[in-house]
Amino acid sequence: MSAVLTPPSPPKKTNRIGLDLVGYKGLKTTLCAGCGHNAISERIVEAFFEMGVAPWDVIKVSGIGCSSKSPAYFLSMSHGFNAVHGRMPSVATGAVLANRNLRALGVSGDGDTASIGIGQFVHLMRRNLPIIYIIENNGCYGLTKGQFSATADLGSKLKTGVVNDLPPIDTCALAVELGATFVARSFSGDKKQLGALLRAAISHRGTVMLDVISPCVTFNDHEGSTKSYSYMRDHEEPLHDIDFVPYFQDIEVEIDPGATRDVILHDGSHLRLKKLAEDYNPSNKMEALRVLDEAARSGEVVTGLLYLDTSREDFIQLLNLAEEPLAHLPESKTRPPESALLEIMEELR
Amino acid sequence: MSSVETLPAQQSAAPPPPELVNDFSIQVATVNGSGSQTANIVLLRALFQMGIPVSAKNLFPSNIAGLPTWYTIRANKRGFIGRKKEIGVLVAMNPETAVEDVRNLESGAAVVYDAPLELNKLRSDLHFYPAPFDKLVTPVCPDAKLRRLVRNMIYDGILVHLLGIDLEEVRKALFKQFKKKVKAAELNWKAVEAGVEYARQSLPKIDPFRVERMNANGNKIIIEGNAAAALGCVFAGVTVVAWYPITPSSSLCETVIEYARRYRIDPETGKATFAIVQAEDELASIGMALGAGWAGARSMTSTAGPGISLMSEFVGLGYYSEIPTVIFDVQRVGPSTGLPTRTSQGDILSTAFLSHGDTKHPLLFPDSPEECFTMAGDAFDLAEQFQTPIFVMLDLDLGMNYWMAEPFTYPRKPLKRGKLLGAEELERMGGFARYKDVDGDGVGYRTLPGTPHPRAAYFTRGSGHNDQAGYSERPDDYVRNMDRLTRKFETTRSMLPRPVIDQNPEARVGLISVGTTHWALVESRDQLLQEFGIPTSYMRLRAFPFNQELTDFIRKHDRVYVVEQNRDAQLLDLMRLDVDAALHSRLRSVRYYGGLPIDARTVTDEIMQQEEL
Repeated sequence: MSAVLTPPSPPKKTNRIGLDLVGYKGLKTTLCAGCGHNAISERIVEAFFEMGVAPWDVIKVSGIGCSSKSPAYFLSMSHGFNAVHGRMPSVATGAVLANRNLRALGVSGDGDTASIGIGQFVHLMRRNLPIIYIIENNGCYGLTKGQFSATADLGSKLKTGVVNDLPPIDTCALAVELGATFVARSFSGDKKQLGALLRAAISHRGTVMLDVISPCVTFNDHEGSTKSYSYMRDHEEPLHDIDFVPYFQDIEVEIDPGATRDVILHDGSHLRLKKLAEDYNPSNKMEALRVLDEAARSGEVVTGLLYLDTSREDFIQLLNLAEEPLAHLPESKTRPPESALLEIMEELR
Repeated sequence: MSSVETLPAQQSAAPPPPELVNDFSIQVATVNGSGSQTANIVLLRALFQMGIPVSAKNLFPSNIAGLPTWYTIRANKRGFIGRKKEIGVLVAMNPETAVEDVRNLESGAAVVYDAPLELNKLRSDLHFYPAPFDKLVTPVCPDAKLRRLVRNMIYDGILVHLLGIDLEEVRKALFKQFKKKVKAAELNWKAVEAGVEYARQSLPKIDPFRVERMNANGNKIIIEGNAAAALGCVFAGVTVVAWYPITPSSSLCETVIEYARRYRIDPETGKATFAIVQAEDELASIGMALGAGWAGARSMTSTAGPGISLMSEFVGLGYYSEIPTVIFDVQRVGPSTGLPTRTSQGDILSTAFLSHGDTKHPLLFPDSPEECFTMAGDAFDLAEQFQTPIFVMLDLDLGMNYWMAEPFTYPRKPLKRGKLLGAEELERMGGFARYKDVDGDGVGYRTLPGTPHPRAAYFTRGSGHNDQAGYSERPDDYVRNMDRLTRKFETTRSMLPRPVIDQNPEARVGLISVGTTHWALVESRDQLLQEFGIPTSYMRLRAFPFNQELTDFIRKHDRVYVVEQNRDAQLLDLMRLDVDAALHSRLRSVRYYGGLPIDARTVTDEIMQQEEL
């Protein structure tokens, strides 16, 4: 991890709110050894710890599948909800509307999102609900022993030799098009990039859609797979080198505006995107779609922050919700007075 | 005018029929989308304002414009407001159906019709009143585009004259209906006057039907069941509403929106104390309702049969992971798409056990707008007390038709939010086990997400779990949990709205119904007694699971007719599961499932047929 990411002032063992890293951990994982999902869980633990988010303010919501099991393996002091297959977005939406102070962390998989859950996924993206939506994308159904999912690339091979003959759904392109305000792709093995993106996601207010290629070591990590560790090592094309500077930390390093884009997030944190091959501008939807399309054609996997819009209002603002969580409003606020009923009765006479 | 000459010749020879005052039905046959609804509601309101008990049944197609629709208004001085099969006065405005509409009438009925249809040639045993609607509307409404809409008000005017409706009440009803659209009201009023004037000059009264001012309606209101349920939700403090449009439930959530915007914006902050989302489908609406209930909101959704089917999986999750929410099912005719604009009680069984595995859910059955209002409140309390989805079972007849109702009583009891643990309790207790039956009633304690305490969190899942909400596939954990859920369900029996019983010690015959079937039964009981000398007892169930009172009621009678609006005797089947098998032979079934609201005569005929076997 780079020097920029380590908070300098508080003692190493506890974070801004006095909790240690253990407070952000979960149960021991029951996923396969080497599963990409476990690495993502670790990054989640670190990100929430380092951002000093109170775990009891977080809800972990998921659908069904290997990825959806993983919320048990981090943030055990957060309420978790393992919902039905493909329908986590609606549960998360209801919970966030009930209590706008909750920080929703949705964990889904490529089957849970791109097949059975595509309907709820696209509508979640449209609403810009404040949520971090992570797809742990391995291109296959792990829990039912390795069938293709809808994100499997054309020509990708199963262990049994079966070749995928349908084009993939690109969840990032969909999310960009539909209105998500923070869209990124990463790789479970890219510790630094994923860590920075997760911290930035915590700093964003709106829908964060983070597609993380996360190899399935048991069913989709072989020669011919495009979601394997070795394929990702050879084909990952980062758009930029990402550093994250949290709002509670002084910025120490001056940036060279010619070489680095500085992006300010909702909570005042900074994302620093160091140029690589080209000067990628993440505020342009068409650019995002272009790089995704070009990568898909060449068999590369672009990673990094694809799209960011900090200007659009989120679903809570759109609905003009009371500041106090709806779930906690006292009866005096939620039951209109008797005069209201009398007035209505008079109108109906 | 030649109308008098076209009347059947024998009319003058026949003795004048006895007058029928405040006891007949008016049916208006029109084309949907022609603006007849306004004319019909004005008519209904005028009669209501005259103090006459009235009811309205709108029989409409699953279509927006151009198909036949029939609106039936019943006036009944004795207060019977169920559907009546026989039509006294037909207003035949639809050329497509006019011939059949006239053929279906009982002898002696009156027919107001569009003169060019020449319906008087069809039968000689009816009283015909032709009216040249197009000719009459032209001078009233210079704007040709509006004529089609205004034209219908003319029949209101004609009926005013023929039936003796108070013109001033019509005017009041009309201006109430148009609210602030005074210009439109004035235009329509001119059409009413034109109808009155035409009838006065050209249509001498030859039929027996007449209305007379009464004083039966007191302080009553007129409202649809869906609107009443919506008000119940708003006054029960609903905070999260997720819905998907479907006939006949859409107007329920739409009315929640209307009243929430008026009465649930915090005057101090201008912010909404509610969230309403039109979801992408019923899967999402129930998902949002459950997510919100889990996080502590009073949440709800409303739907109809197809939506209930779609919600099945999520409802099982709500049952098993124990999340409060309220689901309104405004039942329509199934299976599948069925008859979307017709009424039914066909979702009783499938909803009681909705979802796979061993599941069962409390159902509430309102019969009237008053109960739609009170049971909405009950449902939210029950959902939170029992931490489970509660269904409120309306039907299209109740939900979408106008009903007279006593003004709703303001709910004064505090909201019951159920067993909730906050940070202080957790600190004192040192933690909790989410699914442990601490109190012996099967209901555990829950914490809400966001409770600021390290021990507040638990994991909610639809997979097997133990007392501590940990994942478990152990047989003993599974059985203990399922048995506790049974205990919880048993506890609800004594907490749900109790049946309404009218016990007649003389009666050997008992009748049982739910929901809107009630209105046919009160009248059928009268027919059974008056026409056949059969006294009956009556039990109106108001909730599932049933309680001991059902068994006691059956025991007290030799024969018990269970009357309901579905093909498969679903309510009866549900009773059989609950009631001692020795009593099953006393239970008999009366069913009507044609899609129209059940009527008393059908019930009486069927009971008499079975009685005489």
